[in-house]
This record gives sequence, C-alpha cells and structure tokens, in this order.
Amino acid sequence: MLSTLLTLTAPAAFACEIFTVGDLSVEHAWSRATIGADRPGVFYVEVTNAGTTDDALIGIATPAAGMPMLHETVVTNGIASMPHAMSIPVPAGQSVKLAPGGYHGMLTGLTTALNEGDSFPVTLTFEKAGEVTVNVEVLSLRAEGPDCEHAGQ
Amino acid sequence: MRTRRAVILGLGGTAGALAFTLGLGWWKSRNSAQPGAGLLPLPVADMSFNLSNHRGNPVQPADWIGRPTMVFFGFTWCPDVCPTTLSDISDWLADLGPEADRLNVALISVDPERDTPTVLAEYLSNFDRRIVGLTGQLPEVEKAAAGFRAKFEKLPRDGDYTMNHTAGVFLFHADGRFASIIDFHEDRRFALPKIRRILT
Repeated sequence: MLSTLLTLTAPAAFACEIFTVGDLSVEHAWSRATIGADRPGVFYVEVTNAGTTDDALIGIATPAAGMPMLHETVVTNGIASMPHAMSIPVPAGQSVKLAPGGYHGMLTGLTTALNEGDSFPVTLTFEKAGEVTVNVEVLSLRAEGPDCEHAGQ
Repeated sequence: MRTRRAVILGLGGTAGALAFTLGLGWWKSRNSAQPGAGLLPLPVADMSFNLSNHRGNPVQPADWIGRPTMVFFGFTWCPDVCPTTLSDISDWLADLGPEADRLNVALISVDPERDTPTVLAEYLSNFDRRIVGLTGQLPEVEKAAAGFRAKFEKLPRDGDYTMNHTAGVFLFHADGRFASIIDFHEDRRFALPKIRRILT
C-alpha cells in the first residue's frame, strides 16, 4: 500500500517521460553509470510507431559524448561483437527497443563520467519523422532498465 | 526492476524459442563451422593458467577444485554485454542466497592491458561481491581461454579498440567436470536450474 502511494505521488523518473515526434513515441531513455569518462557509455530507449508508415532510427547526437553511435550486440557461435547499426528499423505499428544485449547507442568519448541520478539529452534522428530530443536518465551500472509504472508493454 | 522482469517473462515464449534455436545452431556449428572449436571446455583440473584476482592474489585452476565454478569472459570497457551479464549473475547469486557462497564465481578479463587488478576491483564493486575478477599476462589469459575453448579478439575501433569475446557463462561441477553453458541470449529462466545442478 505504501509503495503504491509512493509510486503515485513520486515525480516520474526521467526515463519514464514520453516524447513524441509525428507518429513516433519515445520512452524509457536510460543509461548506465560509468566509472570515469574513459569508458564508453551506453544508451537505451524504446520507440513505438503508431503510424502506418515504416520509419527508421538513423542517428543519435548528444552533448554528453564526442562520438555517439548506434550499435548492435550480435552473438555468433557464442562470440559477442558490436557492429555499427547504420539504421534501426521502426516498422509501422510496432515497438523497437534499444535494450541490453541488442541494439544500443554507444557513447564514445564521454564529456564527463555518467553518475547515477544524472540526466543528459540525446537527439534521435528518424528517417521520416525527423528529430526528437529526449532526457536520458543515468541508472546504476547494475541496472537492467527503468521501473516505470506505465511500462506494461 | 520488477517491471523489467515481468517484461522479460512476457517475452519468454518467443525469446526462449529463439534462444533455443540459436543455442542449437551454436552447438551444431561448434562441430562444423569452426574447425578446432568443436570441443567442450576442458575439466578444470586439466586447465593451466596463472592469473591474479582483483585483490592481487594469484589464482590457478587447481584453486577452484572442490567447489562448483561459474566463469564469464569479459572486460570493463564493455558497454553492453558485460554489465548485463554481471547484473544477471548478481541477480542469480542474490536469488540463490547463502547457497551461492559455495560457488567460485569469476570474470576473466580478455583485456588485461586495461583491466589491472585495481581497475577490476573498482568495477566489480558495483556487482555482487562474490564475483572475483581475474587478469594477468596476455599469454596466461590466452591459456585460460584455450582451456574453456573460449575466444577473444582485439578490434581497432575509432582510434580506440574493443574486444569481441565468448559471451556465455561456463558452469563446472565441484570436481571440475564441465557442466553446461548459460548462453547470452538464452531465456534467463533456465539459468537458475543450471546453477542449482552444479550446487547439488
């Protein structure tokens, strides 16, 4: 009961904000804390296409990193690699997740270490819908995703 | 976290079927597509390496005999696979509770150039304290990987480098016999039963 009340009254975490551009809604933007600024950071997000036209995420930009790139973790014969993803499809009527173990943004050349509780903006560029800027919440290095009440996907 | 678990369970059917298919493919391809790699990991007793743990103490395979062992290859500059796997392992250890104290749990760094014992210690302080980081001279890491039939490769990337590496979690019985692998994309629900099997 108490936890329910807290959930209802606490301000929504950044990662639970929903941003929209055209038919696309973008939510659950989060990152993991880093130790120092030398290691790459990571960016996860979920995009839902409520429209009838296929779109694609073709780039990310952020003041938090010198070289933000889209990657995909691929496991082939048990070996994990992270090739660049030139374009991440967001088909009409579907949701696409950048999530641990799959597509993700890799933030190389961090401006500063990412600390738990920080937030930073990332601008996503879609092939058709254009650009949208979201607030990214930095969770702990051990986090597996934000805990959003509406996250009933 | 709870929500994420629910999501994972919800996706379990599809992901499980996919992981199973991928797993099968992997086991099959071990024997066909990769000459020289179609072998199971050696028993711990037949492995040979001299590494250092994140507290600076020497570790050899013989030290693991007598307790069940869980090993993962990774590196601390890894943004996605390694924190994800270490989070999973931390969750499994938490779920197993004090029973998991009987396990040897090790992360073997495939990037000993950057992952010194001190670096590993700082990194691992974010995860379950029962996870021990191992690093050492590159030839010793190569000897360790050879024993597990694991692979790793350094790749130049944007003026820096990254590592490709075997991503599964290796499980061994207390006497050192190889038990199983928890594949990276395997349905996480299968992980705990696999770990319990080496604890019995």
